[in-house]
Amino acid sequence: MPPLVGTPIRRKEDPALLSGRGRYADDLPTPAGTLHGHVIRSPHPHADIVRIDARDALAKDGVWAVITGQDLRKISDPFLVALKTPVHQWSLAVDRVRYVGEPVALVVAESRYLAEDAAELVRIEYRPLDAVIDAQAARVPTAPILHPEAKTNEISVRRFSYGDTKSAFARADARVALRTTFPRLSFTPMECYVVVAQYNSAEGSYDVLANFQGPFSTHPVMARALRVGGPKLRLRIPPDSGGSFGIKLSVFPYVVLIALAARITGRPVKWVEDRAEHLLAASSGPNRITEIEAAVTRDGRILALRLDQLEDYGAFLRAPMPGPLYRMHGAITGAYDIANVDVINRVVLTNKMPASLIRGFGGPQLYMALERLVQRIAIELDLDHLDVIRRNLVPAQKMPYRAAAGALYDSGDYPRAVATTTDSGRLDDLKRRRDAARANGRKYGIGFAAVVEPAMSNMGYLSTLLTAEARDRAGPKNGAVSMVTVNIDPLGAVSVTADVTVQGQGHETVLAQIVADQLGLRPEDINVVLEMDTAKDQWSIAAGTYSCRFTPGTAVAAHLAASRMAEKLKGIGAKQLNILPEDVELAQGKIRSRSNPDNAAPFGRIAGTSHWSPVMLPEGMAPALSETALWTPPELEPPTRDDRINTSLTYGFVFDMCGVEIDPLTYQVRVDRYVSMHDAGRILNPMIADGQMRGAFAQGIAAALYEEFSYSDEGAFLSGTFADYLIPTVNEIPPVEMLHQETPSPLTPLGAKGLAEGNCMSVPACIANAIADALGVADVRIPATPRRIHALMEGSGR
Amino acid sequence: MRRIAKDERTRIRLTLNGRARSAETEPRTLLSDFLRYSLGATGTHVGCEHGVCGCCTVLLDGTAVRSCLTLAVQAEGRDVRTVESLAAPDGALNALQQAFQNHHALQCGFCTPGILMSFTDYLKRNPKPSEADIRDVLSGHLCRCTGYAGIVSALLEAANRIESR
Ligand code: FES
Ligand code: FES
Repeated sequence: MPPLVGTPIRRKEDPALLSGRGRYADDLPTPAGTLHGHVIRSPHPHADIVRIDARDALAKDGVWAVITGQDLRKISDPFLVALKTPVHQWSLAVDRVRYVGEPVALVVAESRYLAEDAAELVRIEYRPLDAVIDAQAARVPTAPILHPEAKTNEISVRRFSYGDTKSAFARADARVALRTTFPRLSFTPMECYVVVAQYNSAEGSYDVLANFQGPFSTHPVMARALRVGGPKLRLRIPPDSGGSFGIKLSVFPYVVLIALAARITGRPVKWVEDRAEHLLAASSGPNRITEIEAAVTRDGRILALRLDQLEDYGAFLRAPMPGPLYRMHGAITGAYDIANVDVINRVVLTNKMPASLIRGFGGPQLYMALERLVQRIAIELDLDHLDVIRRNLVPAQKMPYRAAAGALYDSGDYPRAVATTTDSGRLDDLKRRRDAARANGRKYGIGFAAVVEPAMSNMGYLSTLLTAEARDRAGPKNGAVSMVTVNIDPLGAVSVTADVTVQGQGHETVLAQIVADQLGLRPEDINVVLEMDTAKDQWSIAAGTYSCRFTPGTAVAAHLAASRMAEKLKGIGAKQLNILPEDVELAQGKIRSRSNPDNAAPFGRIAGTSHWSPVMLPEGMAPALSETALWTPPELEPPTRDDRINTSLTYGFVFDMCGVEIDPLTYQVRVDRYVSMHDAGRILNPMIADGQMRGAFAQGIAAALYEEFSYSDEGAFLSGTFADYLIPTVNEIPPVEMLHQETPSPLTPLGAKGLAEGNCMSVPACIANAIADALGVADVRIPATPRRIHALMEGSGR
Repeated sequence: MRRIAKDERTRIRLTLNGRARSAETEPRTLLSDFLRYSLGATGTHVGCEHGVCGCCTVLLDGTAVRSCLTLAVQAEGRDVRTVESLAAPDGALNALQQAFQNHHALQCGFCTPGILMSFTDYLKRNPKPSEADIRDVLSGHLCRCTGYAGIVSALLEAANRIESR
């Protein structure tokens, strides 16, 4: 039987989801007597809370409580963060608000409608303070300080140096410098946050259902905030989730808030976030300003890089921030072979909603700087952009390649991927289109972007934020564990649990493919159960679905667990069929002799043996009821003393090429043709992989052209509805031609790499490069809205 | 027309997926909330509560409406159809649903019920849509996961299959 892995089998998830039988958080039954919460939020970007008067609200029938930050402060602790700095955040504002939308009070009532009514009766008096919105302005000594105890808004500055950047700059033929900015945006899943919490006063324990996505390193953060040990915070994740893209990590402060509300009221409490709240305050990617400079030879070879990255995390730093600034750290030289690099990483706080996880996670910000810089090198040296890319790509012969800052690029052939993309007349076609447009006086440009896409984060990468001495004091952090369990029931039916959270990626299907292959069964024979329960399921801090950890992580653990189970079943089968274990195969739903396939028994009969007659198992064999595999790849080492860090396990490659035209009347950027090449190693399910890439592509387009959280200079939030915050509809997503190359990863038994974030990283940079080419400008900002394009054209006098 | 006072709880009767249903509610209750919380029809999703995303689309007397912009009282005495009505009683998917599975037109599936209901209505009225027609109707729905390509292919296939029967 040909293997299932690698085939585009249809999703097991779909029939239920297509029939209205999904089980999303808000669909599940709530305990009897559940109350409903409504969050009252700050209308001010920065203000002292003078007084909260809830008497009228509490006098209303059916209102149980109006909870404030002062109440929570007595029974909970601020959230832990990686950076030791006096920036304290509770799940409600204490004494001061620091962004528009910050939770100030929670009204708990017998229905949501009632809670919202009562909220209008709560009187909150504020004393407004000056706010600071701009990341640069926040660093100025006279800026309003968000957290007075921290004494500054720039709460972390770290300098790194790899190789000998100084002498490379001294001997270079030229220097090319550029400043890039990356805006705030979110990929706003269609389902908002949902939390249902219960408190058991006899045990002092919390039981919370939430559409949390992980990483589960946040579980100890929540437990500590609640002042309980981990087992006393039972967190359940429902079987379905309406998308996440990183955003649903940030439900965690609300997990704590609603848990505390359950404790205070003595009743179960449910909270469902609405869209207005989500846009205002759920989560945003951090905005970044990068000063980047290259030392280059005359022919465009990059000898060294300097990056000064200023990342704006909003009003608080929340775990695991400042992740985006460090997640790409080992791979900061991208797809290029550059031996010398200096980096300054700065973390700044401003009066905006706290930033957190978002698909791409630091990649889009980095590549906006690096890929724009490569285009500028071509312009300033009067070279061809593609030639500069080719000249600097890591050569295939150097794989596996240790990048300057520590990443171990496991495999790849970047030059070949670029050649395949530009061949077959594709680049010629783009040039023809460009030349024809330009001949007619229209603005047309071609852009490129080369991106290394990391997957499965080293849990130690964030500790690079600390100095080597501080890391020694804190104890080593590294690695990443993935876990999958394969179970066999009395009739030999197979079920699988895994350390991921569902968000729509089709994990159920892919896990079934992997396990079915090992056991000689069909995907429909494998029951994959992915709802999570921290009290009963196995998990590590790495658990969850983020940073493309599924393919190089959980999928591998599934492969290992299933192959171990298969080995045991072969042993049992050998005994029952009276043959040698080497002669046993698991195929077509049978356990049988390879040499004499008629000597066979149904899978279920032999597989059920461990239940019915464990005494008859081969000698010394533990019952084959359940196999758990833990996968901990050794390449995810801790940061070295000189701060080199292999930030991720696998590194895929994406090369994008596009042509854009600027509409002369509307100033709209129209993507004329887009080609995207991926090398993600072995593909487990091509249909699902294609869906992930297209989804990322659409979000890349969204970031490049449409979506931005904007604030007025005074800090008012200007993107509070889907009418202001523009999510592309079907008509805004241009066609994309997807190309593939498969260079398997040598580091995992499946050879598969992550692939769901690459286009979030490449598309904004590629389109920005095309716009720069079309308009002949250096300073391209995204989203490249008509207003911005108009300003650019006016500014450059075109 | 029945007059209901602002705070009065009232019983709303309607036909949901072919069955007579009723529940008590307030006059201000949204149809989406009524379907989900009073009648337990959780297949209808709410993505924005301001009429933009299309997740909450249901059929009211056969016409697609946004249930987050409709009050439950407006559905009094009328025929409501939701995504739960599409598959056969044995669970077999209909042509539209099957096309969605064939073309990987859903990932998280949160937007999907609304799109299915919109096109259940639309394909009845226009069984031979062009791709442009499909895109036009689909632009009333937001999907964050798929980038829409699979949805467009699925809808084209569904239109062909339904038409050729
Ligand atoms: S929930 Fe009704 S349109 Fe979004
Ligand atoms: S499938 Fe997730 S929003 Fe459309």
